[in-house]
Amino acid sequence: MKPIEINKVQEKLENYVNKDVYVHLETTNGAYASHVNKNAYNVGAYIRNAKVTFKQAKIVGSENVYRVGLKMEMGWIYAEGLTDYTMHEDTKLLLAGHDREGRLMVSLQISETPFNY
Amino acid sequence: MEKHVVVIYPHPDDESFGAAGTIAQFRTQGVSVTYLCGTLGEMGRNMGNPPFANRETLPEIRKQELIEACKVLDMELSMLGYRDKTLEYEDRQEVAMHLKSILDEMEPSLVITHYPGYAVHPDHNALGAAAIEAVKLMEPGKRPTVWAQAFSNNFKEALGQPDINNDISDQIDKKIEAIFCHDSQAGGVISQRNKTENNKIDLKAEAQKQMGQEQFYTWDFNS
Ligand SMILES: [Zn+2]
Repeated sequence: MKPIEINKVQEKLENYVNKDVYVHLETTNGAYASHVNKNAYNVGAYIRNAKVTFKQAKIVGSENVYRVGLKMEMGWIYAEGLTDYTMHEDTKLLLAGHDREGRLMVSLQISETPFNY
Repeated sequence: MEKHVVVIYPHPDDESFGAAGTIAQFRTQGVSVTYLCGTLGEMGRNMGNPPFANRETLPEIRKQELIEACKVLDMELSMLGYRDKTLEYEDRQEVAMHLKSILDEMEPSLVITHYPGYAVHPDHNALGAAAIEAVKLMEPGKRPTVWAQAFSNNFKEALGQPDINNDISDQIDKKIEAIFCHDSQAGGVISQRNKTENNKIDLKAEAQKQMGQEQFYTWDFNS
């Protein structure tokens, strides 16, 4: 993945507007968070291949950390803390936020075809 | 002497961090070892440092790392095809029956797995429980010995001292070689254990320090 370039990612997001798309959304601090620090909590959420349609998509942010919001007919999807992006197999937009040791903290991925499961 | 050892853990790298020294010792004695690896660690957070994997490429990368590590340890590999972080939501009995069908065929003399409830990661606890259930379902006369591995912060207070304490210092180089086959994971895991950032420590020296021993509890099927 490479650091997010806001204009390029905005352009990629537009390509999925008003289409049936599959979304992968996750956030995690890992299964070992409270094992290595007893004051920490293990938290995470994950959804893979949710089929949705959004009519509006926007990336916002600065200083290399970004947020993406997708507006649907009946609700919203958003992710924050995104730092990197790539096009996977040319058609799947992968966005992720990594900590300073390269660990994934959050990801938002959009594709017109399902992600492997 | 053992006849055939089957290692049952959920993730690529559990075998190297958890039991590589013990596995290597069995192999030098000529005992065959098979790794039943539950998942491909698809949901891992470590992507390499700097990251070279992403959520979609990670499974294939970890699969290749796993194959390499098993080559280093000279053991057979069978991938069970579950999905990372979902094992505890699977039907326990179904997973146990799946494992039992494999064990019935392989007839191991020893099974190594995680100690349910004391192995930190939900997948470790769930697959360990299913493995022990699988052995319980076998006729008492046909059951292999089970060594269960615990490493939660409280495990010794709760369970007492493990009865199997393998000094693996003669195999530490092999263990470290196996660990570092897991290029996407090794740095992140070792530094997290050490609570430092992984670009600030000598990872191999740290691994050596952390890993001179591998401990297990012999499971008691009578209690
Ligand atoms: Zn594991």
